Amino acid sequence: MGAIIVKDREDKIHTLIAEPGSNIMEVIRDAGLDIEAACGGCCACATCHVYISNSWIDKLTDIDDDEESMLDQAFNVTRYSRLSCQIEYDENLSGLELTLAPE
Amino acid sequence: MSHKTDVVIIGAGPVGLFAIFELGLLNLNTHVIDNLDKIGGQCAELYPEKPIYDIPSRSRVNGQELADELMLQAKPFNPVFHLNQQADSIIKLDDYWRVKTSSNETILAKCIVIAAGAGSFVPRKPPLENIKEYENKSIFYSVRNKSIFKNKNILITGGGDSALDWTIDLASIANVTLMHRRREFRAAPDSVSKILDLEKSNKIKFVIGQVSQLKGSNGMLEKVEYKFEEKFSSLEIDYLLPFFGLKMELGPISEWGLNLNENLIKVDTEKFETSVPSIFAIGDINSYPGKLKLILSGFHEAALMAQKCFSYCYPDKKNVFRYTTSSKELHKKLGV
Repeated sequence: MGAIIVKDREDKIHTLIAEPGSNIMEVIRDAGLDIEAACGGCCACATCHVYISNSWIDKLTDIDDDEESMLDQAFNVTRYSRLSCQIEYDENLSGLELTLAPE
Repeated sequence: MSHKTDVVIIGAGPVGLFAIFELGLLNLNTHVIDNLDKIGGQCAELYPEKPIYDIPSRSRVNGQELADELMLQAKPFNPVFHLNQQADSIIKLDDYWRVKTSSNETILAKCIVIAAGAGSFVPRKPPLENIKEYENKSIFYSVRNKSIFKNKNILITGGGDSALDWTIDLASIANVTLMHRRREFRAAPDSVSKILDLEKSNKIKFVIGQVSQLKGSNGMLEKVEYKFEEKFSSLEIDYLLPFFGLKMELGPISEWGLNLNENLIKVDTEKFETSVPSIFAIGDINSYPGKLKLILSGFHEAALMAQKCFSYCYPDKKNVFRYTTSSKELHKKLGV
């Protein structure tokens, strides 16, 4: 167990308990924060778009082709953009900081 | 056009398709409305090639295969499809519901079954200030009339098949710029190589970036600002065609007076009927205690819903429950 730190669209900070094996989208969604995640986590939409903080972005596993292609359907994509359903939580990610992308 | 049937199904996804079958076994005819141009719903639109592993008796089936086989199963019952349109409004007449679609078709039916999944697919619109002012005047999410683009400056944004196909198509009649956030495209290899050829021969321009601001007046664009790695530039254009895929929206259904739970329709778990008698909701769009958004749950819901539809359509007849394995009457209907 550990936690991730999420800034919502009103700039409010939430510390969310995360279990290894779940993905980051599920942690955010199950905490009741406003993330659409329309496809339920199969990398088939782009509605779980988040920005990873500067200090964490390079610690994540590389983005794969599927995720990069889905990001083509998102807006305001930056080098910090990821689809949160494609990041699996493990203990090395405890303390991960991210911001929900605008709708 | 006006039609009359027993049951209108809204949504041609897996659960809507199986509802045709379950209703058909009970002699109920169906018309099916869907906003997409094809049958299969999310399975066919979002993940046609992704394997699904939790359909009973199918150890592995991809989205398109599942849709195709459900259609095959529904076929003996001759459903009538109304594609490319959404169910806009419903009115209760004495004995019938009158359902009107966005293409002005009217369908009279005894029951309505909403199997709309997460809603209908609509184009994903860029979150730009004042974009509404320009929509359908100088910004289009689909192309209906190519001739207005002749000799104009067109900006197409996106990196998928629609963006590339329209860039290739319009390059011969207009000055087309294609803008995408990166150099790589996710599209048919043939289209990608055509785009590279067109760019090489200066028939189109390609720009890396994302649009950040629209400028113009009276709904007509004059220029856009765009951004690449914190650097802003601008481009003079007459028309913008954004192609960022589709998203899902509940749409007009939310105004039909049904009891909702957030964006889901509340139903009972005996008949999957909504708060309005003879309107049902099955599949991902409904909500009840313990609901799991699984295709198999939708199948179960379709079977129970059909039993109740029968009593609305044939109030004086007794419904005798029969198995497809043994009933000669059902075999006849199925054509086996």
